[in-house]
Amino acid sequence: MTFSGFKVVKEALTGHKGWRPLWRDPDPKPAYDIVIVGGGGHGLATAFYLAQTFGELKVAVLEKGWLGSGNIGRNTTIIRSNYLLPGNEPFYEFSMKLWENLEQATNFNSMVSQRGIINLIHTDGQRDAYRRRGNAMLLAGADARLLGRDELRQMVPFLNFDNPRFPIKGGLMQARAGTARHDGVVWGYARGADQRGVDIIQNCEVTGFRIEGGAVQGVETSRGYIGAKKVGVAVAGNSSRVMAMAGMRLPIESHALQAFVSEGLKPTIPGVITFGAGHFYVSQSDKGGLVFGGDIDGYNSYAQRGNLPVVEDVIEGGMALMPMIGRARLLRAWGGVMDMSMDGSPIIDRTGIDGLYFNGGWCYGGFKATPASGYAFAHLLATDRPHETATAYRFDRFARGYVIDEKGVGAQPNLH
Amino acid sequence: MLIPHPLLGLRDAQEFTYLGDASLMHRPDPAREDAVAAFADYVFLRDNPAGVHRELWFHEAGDRSWLVVTRDTTTHEILGAELASDVKLGGVQ
Ligand SMILES: Cc1cc2nc3c(=O)[nH]c(=O)nc-3n(C[C@H](O)[C@H](O)[C@H](O)COP(=O)(O)OP(=O)(O)OC[C@H]3O[C@@H](n4cnc5c(N)ncnc54)[C@H](O)[C@@H]3O)c2cc1C
Repeated sequence: MTFSGFKVVKEALTGHKGWRPLWRDPDPKPAYDIVIVGGGGHGLATAFYLAQTFGELKVAVLEKGWLGSGNIGRNTTIIRSNYLLPGNEPFYEFSMKLWENLEQATNFNSMVSQRGIINLIHTDGQRDAYRRRGNAMLLAGADARLLGRDELRQMVPFLNFDNPRFPIKGGLMQARAGTARHDGVVWGYARGADQRGVDIIQNCEVTGFRIEGGAVQGVETSRGYIGAKKVGVAVAGNSSRVMAMAGMRLPIESHALQAFVSEGLKPTIPGVITFGAGHFYVSQSDKGGLVFGGDIDGYNSYAQRGNLPVVEDVIEGGMALMPMIGRARLLRAWGGVMDMSMDGSPIIDRTGIDGLYFNGGWCYGGFKATPASGYAFAHLLATDRPHETATAYRFDRFARGYVIDEKGVGAQPNLH
Repeated sequence: MLIPHPLLGLRDAQEFTYLGDASLMHRPDPAREDAVAAFADYVFLRDNPAGVHRELWFHEAGDRSWLVVTRDTTTHEILGAELASDVKLGGVQ
């Protein structure tokens, strides 16, 4: 079943009886060439590119719950490539380019919307820092533009420009950034992978690895043993738990991040806006809800929910930035478990065990990375070489001192 | 979250800053032969368990003591708190 405008009109006129489930619900086979653990965005994107680009035919994705039950269904959907460091920026720009063609590649409407992101500037020092960042972005082939105060005021007049403590002096804009529908990304990749022969197996928790002679043979699961020549783990917040079953300790802590959505409002916020004097960011969904968030809760957590102090902190940031938000009613709030790495950057690498590969440490920024993460992980699994934009994402960078620390705060995950 | 401070009673967790796993109290001996590798593990690797976790909290807006708090990371339930100095002297862990 392919989607097209013609199909939509035809179904509308014939009572919507022709739609079919988007993917099969197969039982696991005894063995696969490649098994992906974790059916989040990254696991499904990996399976999609393995089948689509690298011609891998016997691939399965094992998901302990249902597709979209992890962070991929919990994030605030911001996509952007406005990083500073050379280890990161080319990778995120590669991701941005894949986003721009995602819907054609998967034949699915993931509602990729390049409505732009503006990082606000409140001090002269911050303007210098953002100018530097903008230049780093341009060097990596991304787009960036420094906005003056007057131009910015025309674009987003509702901001509190004359806040005495945090006056707004300008912004760094990436016009190609924006948002995508997170569920649409899951479904698009899942359907695309399934159509190319990937078995997507839900309610199948990996409970152990079978490792013989230093090489992985397969995985133990709640639905029995499944053999595999290669196993790729992409389980986000559960990374430490899963890799502990292979005897590994990771440079990762799990932390809770919360998100908030207001009641539906008329269109007010043109793109994504981030406060530069506190941690607060906001966009508006197509349904009209203001989608916003801020800092992680700051202590190890697997609870998929946060506590009230961060709620207060986020709302304070919102009130300082755009006082009109105080008139909106909050509709929903929830949390997800982030795989916070020790330098704030991810890992896509082999492990010390033959045939076992790892993808994780995405912190609170792995949604935007979904396409490139899947592509780069598929590249590594299929060819045993890292993708050219992901060569810095190695396990050994920590011990060797080659950390990729955008914020420069050191091995303290709750500060990244 | 309320932290049962051994000297001050129940205190709001907001008065504290969080450092991380209590094993950070046990810095490797820099004179060890494998000190470089031991420090890389010490600085960067964590057990990160789902369940009971012993962790360091600093009472920054209080008496500025370090506590070892025992907490369940799957529920946020706090199971106990000790002065880090007592833990270290007692050689526990
Ligand atoms: C509130 C919030 C806001 C965010 N906002 C943004 C944002 O604006 N922009 C951005 O770029 N990023 C954002 N993120 C981060 C982003 O969502 C994550 O980095 C990314 O989704 C993680 O990759 P994933 O999709 O593969 O993870 P997940 O969807 O969590 O996938 C991992 C999967 O592994 C499964 N799993 C775990 N253990 C096992 C096992 N033993 N066996 C089988 N399966 C297992 C889980 O059930 C889960 O489905 C946000 C996250 C949160 C929580």
